[in-house]
Amino acid sequence: MKIKYLALGACLSIAFGIAGCKSNSEQGKSSATAAIDIVASGNPEVAELTGAPKVPAPVGNRGAKKLIVNLVTTEMEGIIADSIPYTFWTFNHTVPGSFIRLRVGDEVTLNLKNEASSVLPHNIDLHAVTGPGGGAAATSSAPGKETSFSFKAINPGLYVYHCAAPPVPMHIGNGMYGLILVEPEGGLPKVDREYYIMQGDFYTKASAIKKGLLEFDNEKAVAEKPDYVLFNGKKGALLGNNMIEAKVGETVRLFVGNGGPNLTSSFHVIGEIFDNVYLEGGSTISHNIQTTVVPAGGAAIVEFKCEVPGEYVLVDHALSRAFNKGAIGKLKVTGEANPKVFNAKTLSNH
Amino acid sequence: MRLTTYIRFVFFAGIILSSVLQSCKDDYAEVEKTFQNSNPQPLKSISTSITMAYIPGGEYKPFYGYNTELVKVQPFLMDERAVTNREYLAFVKANPSWQKTAVKRIYADTAYLQHWPNDTTLPKDANPDAPICNVSWFAAKAYAQCVGKRLPTLDEWEFVAMADAVSANARNKPDYSDKIIDLYLQKNRQYQAVKQSAPNYWGIYNMFDLIWEWTDDFNSLLTTGDSRSGQYEDKNLFCAGSATTATDILNYAAFMRFALRTTLKADFSVANLGFRCAKDTVVQANNQHEKNFKNQ
Repeated sequence: MKIKYLALGACLSIAFGIAGCKSNSEQGKSSATAAIDIVASGNPEVAELTGAPKVPAPVGNRGAKKLIVNLVTTEMEGIIADSIPYTFWTFNHTVPGSFIRLRVGDEVTLNLKNEASSVLPHNIDLHAVTGPGGGAAATSSAPGKETSFSFKAINPGLYVYHCAAPPVPMHIGNGMYGLILVEPEGGLPKVDREYYIMQGDFYTKASAIKKGLLEFDNEKAVAEKPDYVLFNGKKGALLGNNMIEAKVGETVRLFVGNGGPNLTSSFHVIGEIFDNVYLEGGSTISHNIQTTVVPAGGAAIVEFKCEVPGEYVLVDHALSRAFNKGAIGKLKVTGEANPKVFNAKTLSNH
Repeated sequence: MRLTTYIRFVFFAGIILSSVLQSCKDDYAEVEKTFQNSNPQPLKSISTSITMAYIPGGEYKPFYGYNTELVKVQPFLMDERAVTNREYLAFVKANPSWQKTAVKRIYADTAYLQHWPNDTTLPKDANPDAPICNVSWFAAKAYAQCVGKRLPTLDEWEFVAMADAVSANARNKPDYSDKIIDLYLQKNRQYQAVKQSAPNYWGIYNMFDLIWEWTDDFNSLLTTGDSRSGQYEDKNLFCAGSATTATDILNYAAFMRFALRTTLKADFSVANLGFRCAKDTVVQANNQHEKNFKNQ
């Protein structure tokens, strides 16, 4: 008897499973298929690109366009923490690399130039691209060389891009990642503030050749034991004078990415609840979320309204990373106190 | 994070070559054919004095491919160091068709010798004993021919690259790859003179600390049907593909070399890419090996 029920259950669940898969894939497919037929009009324009925490202007209700995205790959010394230099590899001289903002139907020509002073080849794999390697093979560039490919953005969402030249963990571990946003037709709903935040884990050792300089440590990376877990490539990139800001009553949208190469982020803003989370950067919006998962090579869009003034701490809620490895930043909210929502009472002590 | 203050900009006049890797194979076969059939002028030989080390060959396990079979490397001779600025200058003086303004564009892109002020003068600040760079594969091949040699094959080069100072195959030593990566991470090393660091087990200098080097079949990873290379496809070099097929999964230094090679085309000239020559040998292995070591 029991076996019969089990078998029936299994059959049913398989049937539902298949039906579920089918409808999901068809749904996704139809919107992407429709996007392929969107006409990108006008002459190609050079896309606005920004370094974190800034983002380019929203697409609003503009039509699909032809855009040119120019990226340069570099190998350069920068400060990782407390005046300590580290050899970063970058897109457009920053970690994370430039934020790219498109809308569905845009046709993009991506030019990747590897700086002549680079030692190594680099390329780009954009998760927003439908095609082999996300463009990696087409853009593999020797030092001093430039490559190019074009793609049409057919799926809306927030996507990671990264260098995929072997050994990939090393290229990503040195900072070669960034975010590319594909807004739906009509754009994302309007908000007051938008910021670009990207987490990465860094594995370091002292350079055997240059004193004081830190370099990528392969052994720690394979063991997945980072020395630093950072927002925007530097300890304190979102602290002190670099805090991101908002006013009471404003809505804030954070484009949160995770380059990895290895750790999954448990992204949390202490003292805020996310009103909306575009789960994993996709089209499903969840509400009233405390902590959202941002996988390595993945992203999330979080939105919340600032009700109460104060400093709000951004962390990876795997808290040793925040307390010991640098995964901490701040949002400063200024404006009138709001005792209805929050009132810190001081009890007198008799 | 703005890092611009830390960059040393070394701008070379860039050239734009938009191409996808997949087309490389066909181009290569086509252009090589052209090269062999219509090499513009017979090369005028030049003489150089450079010690060649005898490499007895043997079997080795290549880094890439599904094929785990060992590859046999025949005995050969290899230049103990890279070809230098001084030597290359003598070559272009003797062979004007390889001077920067005369070279046929299909044999060398516009970056060819772009750092030279004119056809027959080295850059002012160049060390004549530093390795020549910014030369295409065709140019390297022509040079080798003109000194009665050839370029080493990828397998020959990688066979020699397994050695450290004291052993022929150091690949299993824990710090083998890390030490090489430390060298690879240094910028502008190509401006230093050759032979300033210690030689490896075979008496070969500067395998890792100055430049990337052309090999005769640098793009064999893109070809199929070669009995030595197995059925490689370029996709194996990207993302997880490379991680599943590399035989030495922790040899990041080898990944870096192979990554570089797959971005090259035969007409490319690159600021930190030079070459050294090799030669077949018919000498009895044992005798020559001993002789080689006595000479050191």
